[in-house]
Amino acid sequence: MRRSFCCLLLALLAMPALAAFDVGELMGELAGHRGGRAKFVEKKTLALFDKPLVSTGEMTYSASGRLERRTLTPKPETLVLDGEVLSIERDKKKLTVDLASQPEALAFIDSIRGTLTGNRAALERNYLLHLAGSSDKWTLTLLPSEPKIAALVQRITVSGARGRVRSIEYLQADGDRSLLTIEPIESR
Amino acid sequence: MTGVARRSVLIWLLAMLAGVVIVWNSRFVADMSFFLPARPGAAQQVLVDQVRTGAVSRLLMLAIAGGDARQRAGLSRDLRRRLAARPEFVSVQNGEAGSIDSDRDFLIRHRYLLSPAVSPERFTVDGLRAAIANSIDLVASPAGLMLKPLLARDPTGELVELLGSLNGGAQPASREGVWASRDGERAMLLVQTRALGSDTDGQEAAIADIRREFAAAAAVAGIADASLQLSGPGVFAVNSRETIRSDVTRLSLISTFAIIAVLLFVYRSPRLLLLGLLPVASGALAGVVAVSLAYGMVFGITVGFGSALIGEAVDYSIYYFVQSGRIGVAAWRERFWPTIRLGVMTSVCGFGALVFSGFPGLAQLGLYSLSGVLTAALVTRFVLPHLAGTRTQARDLADLGRAAARVIAALRAGRWPVLVLATLAAVYLFAHRDDMWHSSISALSSVSAGDTAADQALRADIAAPDSRYMVVVSGADLQGALMAAERAGERLDRLVASGVIGGYDSPARFLPSLATQRMRCASLPEANELRARLQVAQAGSPLAAGKLGAFIDDVASARERCTLTREALAGTSLALAVDALLLQRAEGWSALLPLRPPVGDPHPEIANAPVRAALAGSTALFVDMKGELDQLYNDYLHEAMLLSLAGFAAIVALLAVALRSARRLAGVLLPLLLAVVLVIAGLSACGQQLQLLHLIGMLLIVAVGSNYALFFDRATVRGAIEPETLASLLVANLTTAIGFGTLALSKVPVLHAVGVTVGPGALLALALAAIFVPRPAPQ
Repeated sequence: MRRSFCCLLLALLAMPALAAFDVGELMGELAGHRGGRAKFVEKKTLALFDKPLVSTGEMTYSASGRLERRTLTPKPETLVLDGEVLSIERDKKKLTVDLASQPEALAFIDSIRGTLTGNRAALERNYLLHLAGSSDKWTLTLLPSEPKIAALVQRITVSGARGRVRSIEYLQADGDRSLLTIEPIESR
Repeated sequence: MTGVARRSVLIWLLAMLAGVVIVWNSRFVADMSFFLPARPGAAQQVLVDQVRTGAVSRLLMLAIAGGDARQRAGLSRDLRRRLAARPEFVSVQNGEAGSIDSDRDFLIRHRYLLSPAVSPERFTVDGLRAAIANSIDLVASPAGLMLKPLLARDPTGELVELLGSLNGGAQPASREGVWASRDGERAMLLVQTRALGSDTDGQEAAIADIRREFAAAAAVAGIADASLQLSGPGVFAVNSRETIRSDVTRLSLISTFAIIAVLLFVYRSPRLLLLGLLPVASGALAGVVAVSLAYGMVFGITVGFGSALIGEAVDYSIYYFVQSGRIGVAAWRERFWPTIRLGVMTSVCGFGALVFSGFPGLAQLGLYSLSGVLTAALVTRFVLPHLAGTRTQARDLADLGRAAARVIAALRAGRWPVLVLATLAAVYLFAHRDDMWHSSISALSSVSAGDTAADQALRADIAAPDSRYMVVVSGADLQGALMAAERAGERLDRLVASGVIGGYDSPARFLPSLATQRMRCASLPEANELRARLQVAQAGSPLAAGKLGAFIDDVASARERCTLTREALAGTSLALAVDALLLQRAEGWSALLPLRPPVGDPHPEIANAPVRAALAGSTALFVDMKGELDQLYNDYLHEAMLLSLAGFAAIVALLAVALRSARRLAGVLLPLLLAVVLVIAGLSACGQQLQLLHLIGMLLIVAVGSNYALFFDRATVRGAIEPETLASLLVANLTTAIGFGTLALSKVPVLHAVGVTVGPGALLALALAAIFVPRPAPQ
């Protein structure tokens, strides 16, 4: 029963995508990059805080699935996601977590890697994909398919142009949100 | 029977009866105490306590294989539930979320008493501003997602401080919400038994319980290929006890049957056979009685040594029956008994040297053999003739003796080649003198290599503590010990910062001393003051003071709960951690602070020198368990060398006094020393790493072999050796070789080493004594 409902939902979501601009096409374009480097600005809007928290830094990702996020302000921190192993370095302390043990956290962090590298299979493992717009200006919506992931994040909205991701917005379950704006650095 | 005879037999019977009663009430043990020092130093005492009662000695690691990850997780949850309900287990952990919640709640509730960061400075305007700004930065980072829910209650991040000081070690992997092996193919559990590590019966019962509950859980879940692997000190103890038990039975049976077969061939009479075994049985009984009375308990390995004793003690009755046949008892006593008596005394010197060992197992072996040999000889001399009467004619072995004499005569030509070979062997031994010895106590351990490998694999998978490195502090009472632990902790913090150690545990972490609790509590400002300070501190911060009401409430209630006792920990796994790290002794309390090696080191070891330097000037004691164990073994080895030399010196002195001739002394000693050199070189050349018991075996070759050499010495004085005497020597030598040789079949390294050394050594001693006997001086 629930399963067939899911299939129906999937079909409904997929239909408009088929009409205009295909998820497959988008993923193909995204995957076309062998990797890249980008500047990012992340703005977190939390109910507890009077003003948004802004952090900036650089991101590097490769087609092999390695993602490095180097925060420069307000406090230096390096986060590396390699395969299923997440390591965080901060204040000269290094913490390594095997995310295979925590599938929900992995799904959450993996959304950004899946989008940047156009890994459709990885994204569809945990999310229902909904694409709107055209190849020049598109918006991909990720809705968690598992309740455990939905407890962390309500919706992820990715927007971009051509094969480039411009922004990723996370709407958390408690209404807090964060917006990640990405500016590619052209490699020489 | 004469009155004297009747009296001797009566005394013997009564003594045997008393012996049986004592043995019946004796305690037999087969645990690690065989190896633990009888007179431990301070660091060794820590080791002994850990082995006997330490938390690590009560830890069992479980791995569930079979089915898929979800089935294994279900089985792990069911098994945890079943075991946790049983009183035999103090704790059962499998990484389930629920089991961690109570710990987390406890840490949150008491964070202001527990956090090492709490100080008056932290609650000043500047301190608050800095601590809160740090927390905000953390929340801003991707890792901050999990911290967000607590931020309003704990803006200074005390929980983060607390968790940061814990869990420095690796955490097990997890699948489907429970612990798993690194490859994810097995579900892992960690169980702590109530039974102490030294309580092998309790460990055996606990292991059986686990297996039974697992079988039941697997049957309920319907997973056909589910299997359970268990390891830990308790498993080692139970398995090695089983090895010792089955070895003792097996070896005694083999040795007894082989010797009975030889005796039946020689005596051709069941009556003589039974009579011949009487001194042996008396000796074995006396050995156990002496050990039981002297030490209060008897090691299984000691009883296993009995099969060697049988082979050695039966010699005396063989001498009696074979030698006295033609000449009668009185003549035998006059002509042969002095030689036998001297042989018994050399054996007693050899075994007696071991009694002084600080290695309890060795001391027991010494006392057991000494009393056994002495009793067997005395029973042969004073009781056996009365019981046997005059009908003692064994098979006439003169033909055998004559045949042997011809062989010996032919072999005498081989004396020079033997000397050359022995010289080569001595050179070989000298060249390898540094690398032929096993340097680790594992040489003595009955734990199989397979069990050790399985244990290491499980330990790595579950990241279980091995507690190799430990700092121990003491106090007159509990508070004194906790304060000492806090002072040592400050010194260890510096070692963590400099990367010498990865981290450490301390009982004071969850149960700070009352003084520290008071100091931390006094650092907390009262509500209005805190509110005012927050207003100033948080001006301009994204996190306004007005949103921190929950923080002010929590601090206010923390000020009302300024005392945390051991009882407050009840129901958390932290209680176990604290209990495991605190020891109450007769003279006060001790706190243990296990150290973790730096993370990421493939062969994690801690450099001893910087730790000792950091602790210098304090009463804290640093113990490296493995180093301590190896030191212990080396002490034993060193001591065994001294004792062997002392035993050898005693034998030489005894022979010198008895023989009163340097030439005869040399004649007796030469074949024995040749036998020792050839056997040890042979073993080393065959790839055996020599250990302590091989060394003891060398002494025993001299002590036992001298019996045979003395007969040949006697022959040089009295003319050629009689064929009957030679035959009796051959038979006695054969039984001794069978007795010791049987030990070579043992899986217990202690027994095996003695067996492979003394078995061939006894045969060689006889053969060499026979061919090196000086020709009778022309009269």
